[in-house]
Amino acid sequence: MVEIIGVSYSYDRRRPILTGINMVVPRGKVVAIMGISGSGKTTLLRLIGGVMKPTTGSVIVDGQRTNELDRDGLYRMRRRMGMLFQFGALFTDLSVYDNVAFQMREHTDLPETMIHDLVMMKLDSVGLRGAHHLMPSELSGGMARRVALARSTALDPSLILYDEPFTGLDPISLGVTRNLVRKLNDALGSTSIVVTHDVQEALDVVDYVYYLSGGKMVAHGTPEQMRASTDPLVRQFVWGEADGPVAYQYPGRDFREELALV
Amino acid sequence: MFNRGAIINFRGVGHHTVDNVLRLGFATRFLVLTILHSGTCFRRMHLITRELYYTGVLSMIIIVVSGLFVGMVMGFQGYQTLKTYGSESALGVLVALSLVRELGPVVSALLFASRAGSAMTAEIGLMKTTEQLSAMEMMAVDPIARVVAPRFWAGVISMPLLAAIFSAMGVYGGYLIGVVVIGVDEGSFWAQMQSAVDFREDIVNGVIKSVVFGIAVTWIALFEGYDAPPTAEGVSGATTRTVVTSSLVILGLDFILTAFMFRGI
Repeated sequence: MVEIIGVSYSYDRRRPILTGINMVVPRGKVVAIMGISGSGKTTLLRLIGGVMKPTTGSVIVDGQRTNELDRDGLYRMRRRMGMLFQFGALFTDLSVYDNVAFQMREHTDLPETMIHDLVMMKLDSVGLRGAHHLMPSELSGGMARRVALARSTALDPSLILYDEPFTGLDPISLGVTRNLVRKLNDALGSTSIVVTHDVQEALDVVDYVYYLSGGKMVAHGTPEQMRASTDPLVRQFVWGEADGPVAYQYPGRDFREELALV
Repeated sequence: MFNRGAIINFRGVGHHTVDNVLRLGFATRFLVLTILHSGTCFRRMHLITRELYYTGVLSMIIIVVSGLFVGMVMGFQGYQTLKTYGSESALGVLVALSLVRELGPVVSALLFASRAGSAMTAEIGLMKTTEQLSAMEMMAVDPIARVVAPRFWAGVISMPLLAAIFSAMGVYGGYLIGVVVIGVDEGSFWAQMQSAVDFREDIVNGVIKSVVFGIAVTWIALFEGYDAPPTAEGVSGATTRTVVTSSLVILGLDFILTAFMFRGI
């Protein structure tokens, strides 16, 4: 479904964000892209969505090279995609119902009665049919994330991208969202790419994991392989160790020097 | 020959100039894209109608009240001045011409920039900050066509209407003070106004001014919001810039338009 071949990306020559990334996401699978903050995960997701174009290499989505598509081509590709943003990105001037109906009204000529039925089905799948009349400001963080999930699957996309879907959720919302990622993927027959640093939640539901560090793909494997990995980088990340290859302290002057003790 | 400080200052001025020219280029491209992508909102008029309510109807109170007070103040001030020359009966002309030619379009545009322009900038800036515009892009919906264009045309349409309401309320305010309170002859107040105000020279020129101000203010407000850095500080800075830049542009454009329109007088 998605193939990334030798992709590098940088804002300028001195600051490479991604270097030589290779990755394959098979159809029907849920794949996680993991790594600490600033490792380039979200940039990689934006490259897959065609929001940015790689400096070198190719991103192929459903057989199309995103860097060769013009604006209309990108929009055609995105109609088969859904994306869940980190904090939902719901349209604050529209109700829950209108948020989910947004894409249906923009891209289809379906009658309003059919849109009503589809919206209710989508909201029912995330357990929020009864909240269709609420405004986004009336929702909790977890509810907003579920509405955004219903909205991102409104047109039954073949590829769903998740940007940090588990961040800032309470344990119940987190469990619900985690299970929804898997259930929706299987029910819709889609392919899902989940960018996250919530290790244990993601390892429970994904089929495969790519691990990014410093803009490079340093490890990949099944959740079991990642848990059993002896690679110090992967171990520190998966088991949340304070110190290791990723230093706890940001580089700076010697502490004794800083306190004028020497 | 030059000291280091002078060179650094000179370089700073250069950077500032280049940045502003670049920004003006982006803003112009933004305006062209907005006009080119206006087809969607004209096919779905409810998008423009909704924005007309927020930019036009909700600005009515401030426009009506300000127009009334400006007219009343002009009634007092005009009477004081005209009395010196024994021309109190020309009060209606003074009030109407000042409002239709200048104060109506200019003051209503300044109020529109503060009330509706700042709201547009803040709304679009916050939509950008909360990734609503990115979400729209990812749904294959062009934010310029869906969000910017309806607001642009709503601003352009509502500005001359608000200016007309401002002038009408101003004339009524002048009447209240001049005729009802001070006792200027009602017949000469209206008759002189009717004979002195020319439809083409005064009213049409006033409408042209308010349309130009409407385009300028809405363009600045929308661009500042769309270009705002996605942070709280970025949005607040953009909102301030909208009010300051719009006000200066309105006054500058007013001078240029007035010079062209009334050069023969």
